[in-house]
Amino acid sequence: MQETISFFSGFTPNDLWFLGEAALRTLWISALSITIGTILGGVFGWMLYEGKLTAALTLAPVLDIFRSVPLIIQLVLFYNFAPIVGLDLDPFGSGVVILTIYTAALVANVARGGIEAVGKPMRRAARSLGMSYWQDMRYVVLPIGGRAVFPAWVGVALGVMKDSALVSVLGYVELLKASQILITRTQEPFLILAIAGAFYFALSFPISRYAAKLEQRWAQ
Amino acid sequence: MIEIRGLEKYFGALQVLKGIDLDVAKGEVLSVIGASGSGKSTLLYCINGLEPIQKGSVIVDGTDVHAKGTDINKLRQKLGMVFQQWNSFPHLTALENVALAPKIVKGKSKAEARDIAEKQLRHVGLDDKLNVFPSALSGGQQQRLAIARALAMEPTYMLFDEATSALDPELVGEVLDTMRLLAEEGMTMICVTHEMGFARDVSDRVAYFHQGVMEEIGPPEQIFGNATSGHTRKFLANVR
Repeated sequence: MQETISFFSGFTPNDLWFLGEAALRTLWISALSITIGTILGGVFGWMLYEGKLTAALTLAPVLDIFRSVPLIIQLVLFYNFAPIVGLDLDPFGSGVVILTIYTAALVANVARGGIEAVGKPMRRAARSLGMSYWQDMRYVVLPIGGRAVFPAWVGVALGVMKDSALVSVLGYVELLKASQILITRTQEPFLILAIAGAFYFALSFPISRYAAKLEQRWAQ
Repeated sequence: MIEIRGLEKYFGALQVLKGIDLDVAKGEVLSVIGASGSGKSTLLYCINGLEPIQKGSVIVDGTDVHAKGTDINKLRQKLGMVFQQWNSFPHLTALENVALAPKIVKGKSKAEARDIAEKQLRHVGLDDKLNVFPSALSGGQQQRLAIARALAMEPTYMLFDEATSALDPELVGEVLDTMRLLAEEGMTMICVTHEMGFARDVSDRVAYFHQGVMEEIGPPEQIFGNATSGHTRKFLANVR
């Protein structure tokens, strides 16, 4: 008498560990992309502000493309076509590159808005004290404009973190991919997606809480 | 000494200053009066290089403000400026507002900058507001904060651009008192103002600007009592 082979097995505590690790990968790829993308986006935003016509004709259309083409298409295109030009990146590397550019494209407009939020009179006051252009940027425009657009930036950052789920299509085992793997094995999509959702929430919630606290402190 | 020679300034095709010649000696208090759009505020912006000029020159203590090789950031330390909108830095306390420029521009230590800031805030009567953010200060207090901030750079000259125009009427007095105090201490001041009482009582000389031209300049008694220009008389008749 032969025993039945079971292709499926139930959800075990070990799987929770597996999901937790995947959540860390989501956090890692997001943190990396958001950090680099924000710095890059800040530079782009400054170029859009200072470059006026030149930037409007060159940089702005490029950023528009990255903002308007769905992220999943960008990921698949980049991952498959980058090797042709000799850029052989693994799924993680490709994901970071695309997420970074995507973040930068979104942050560029936020950053430009932040610089514009600091009025000319304020900047003249700073310059009249003998501050150089860069001192004015560093000590007046960055803190004042940065606070003005901080909520918008938090929105971008949280959005990018959730969008990082799309890197799963390249095979990078982050939270969503890990869930899919477990669903295939356990056939328990409700339970596992609920847990994955809870992980995403656990990653986002502290950030938005902390952001709200900061805003509150600045508003005093 | 500030020496202005043949100064011409355009905004696009519009000429806002049509050849200004003016000397301001150390210790002098000069008030500049005139209708809106007469170019009097623009004159101040040209003196500290916040606006480029098209013709003529502005020399401050022997340095040409608009010459190519001039270190304008260094020169501006001599020229404190107070604006119509007080422009306090909203993210910094009163003390930090005043201490910022001495620290980053002059390279003072944190403690030195703090001492300077405390001294200047006491000077303008805000020593009880050191750790208060600007949003909790009245317009008059914010304008005095702006004066303290400019003074912290230990300027030789102070330029006031309608420092009281944006204030509620009941707050004008405290700012004018502060300006009077500076004048008494011997600060060299150029005050673009609509406060005729201040111009008459405090100034050594008063200049009247009309459509980009300095129509008349002289001691207050002359301008207010015996103006030679018809425009000046008409303007003064209207503001009284």
